[in-house]
Amino acid sequence: MSGSNPEQTGWFTDIDPKDIEAAANAISEGTADQPKNWPAKAIESGFANDEDGYYEALHEATVHATREAVTAQETSDDQQLQYSIAAMDDVERTANELAERLAEWAGSLVEGSAQEERAAEDLGGVDGARAVAAWTPQSPAEGRAVSLADRIVDLDDERAALRTFVETHAPEVAPNLAAMAGPVLAARLLSLAGGLESLAKKPAGTVQVLGAEDALFAHLRGRGSSPKHGVIFTHEYVRGTHPENRGSAARAFAGKLAIAARIDHYSGEFKQSVHDDLDERIATIREREAGQ
Amino acid sequence: MSAGGADDSMSAEGADDRTSATLPDGVERRRFDGRERFATRGEPVYGEPQDADGWRAWDAGRSKLGAMLELGMDTDLDGEDRVLYLGAASGTTVSHVADFAGPTYAVEFAPRPTRDLLSVAEPRPNLFPLLKDARKPETYAHVVESDLDCLIQDVATRGQATVALRNRRFLAPDGRLLAAIKARSEDVLDEPESVFEGALDELRKGYEILETKRLDRFHDDHLAIVAKPRAESELDAPAEQ
Repeated sequence: MSGSNPEQTGWFTDIDPKDIEAAANAISEGTADQPKNWPAKAIESGFANDEDGYYEALHEATVHATREAVTAQETSDDQQLQYSIAAMDDVERTANELAERLAEWAGSLVEGSAQEERAAEDLGGVDGARAVAAWTPQSPAEGRAVSLADRIVDLDDERAALRTFVETHAPEVAPNLAAMAGPVLAARLLSLAGGLESLAKKPAGTVQVLGAEDALFAHLRGRGSSPKHGVIFTHEYVRGTHPENRGSAARAFAGKLAIAARIDHYSGEFKQSVHDDLDERIATIREREAGQ
Repeated sequence: MSAGGADDSMSAEGADDRTSATLPDGVERRRFDGRERFATRGEPVYGEPQDADGWRAWDAGRSKLGAMLELGMDTDLDGEDRVLYLGAASGTTVSHVADFAGPTYAVEFAPRPTRDLLSVAEPRPNLFPLLKDARKPETYAHVVESDLDCLIQDVATRGQATVALRNRRFLAPDGRLLAAIKARSEDVLDEPESVFEGALDELRKGYEILETKRLDRFHDDHLAIVAKPRAESELDAPAEQ
């Protein structure tokens, strides 16, 4: 553990007290097996004049080092992808919720209106909001309803833009995972696991039930059967397989997803063979239903 | 036991033990909205109530150390103590610690809460934030000094007792470990009681347990532990791993 620091010295050793970058780097990268009375040693070595001076330098260096490390991790591509997919889900949910409210409201404004473009059957959902946004308001209340419809349309456009962002960036972060799962499911798996590195370290069995934690813990407590799939259910390979063979398909799929995540994290190169293996395996599983 | 169930302490000693332990200098009981609460003096952090003299309330429901004080545990904390805090998270508790203690080293592993911890640390010259893994003390032993008065631990990871053993190297012989063990972090299925027994057994390899108390009144399925390091000579097995 102390390979980089055979003399077991403090972070301040050979550091110019005015060089904040070097100090921060020593805080981040250094190691030691045992702590020592670092304030006394720093004063001894001339790094600081007294204890107050030492702690002042330490405060400055730790805040700087920690800020740099946080920024590096928070702005990493896989972290940004996780924020995008979370935002996409929030925006979609919010748009749907507002669209429901709008449908109620706009429904009350359809009856008795002379305007031909108003039809009750058009209302409901985000598409209903698009219809209402095209209305010409005839009263202050209608003005508010149409304005609300505009916001819903904007939210839906933002959802589409976020989805496009996820679709273009997931393949950059995790080429094999995105190719195998599709970019949106790949981003969801990253998000559930807490990043590409932690996904790469998860066993296939965990990947299989990511997103089904409630069912999994209910099962472990002795209530209910074990979940066969979590969020990977959204993929055609699982959902499109006959229910009887879905468990096998989910297991095979999760196994290859775990491998894909490891390739992405440790090498980053696209590897065709793992995708071919999966296609072949799923075809074999589906053979069973055809044969019956 | 009185009818006011929420006010009953989990221990048999009841409510009187609030007064049994002395408070560290810099921590006082102050009145906020007609209710007496612990408070420290410093920059506000999380929207806690403040009074005119610059004291800010220490919310025991959001802080395991606050709950330990509220339950009257003998933490042996003192003003100007040198402290290593493992699992600082957003800095809610560590902000109060830094208000009354001396040099305070705050270790947190997750980047997102550390972002908030930085704003807590910035106006507090005695608070040193570190983005490090508490399971790997060798990655910060070149920064954190030896012979500390207090090791406060609130980490939500498996192997919480092991974390305390590995970080024993920072404590002075008469220092104190103040740990909150979260049962669910060890095993979501096992009964908390048996999880706590296992953790205490593990801890005894390097510490002498002085006091334990369930924090359920404030935090579900948590056990608070006060312990002191056993002298090197009386250890039956090497604590460091």
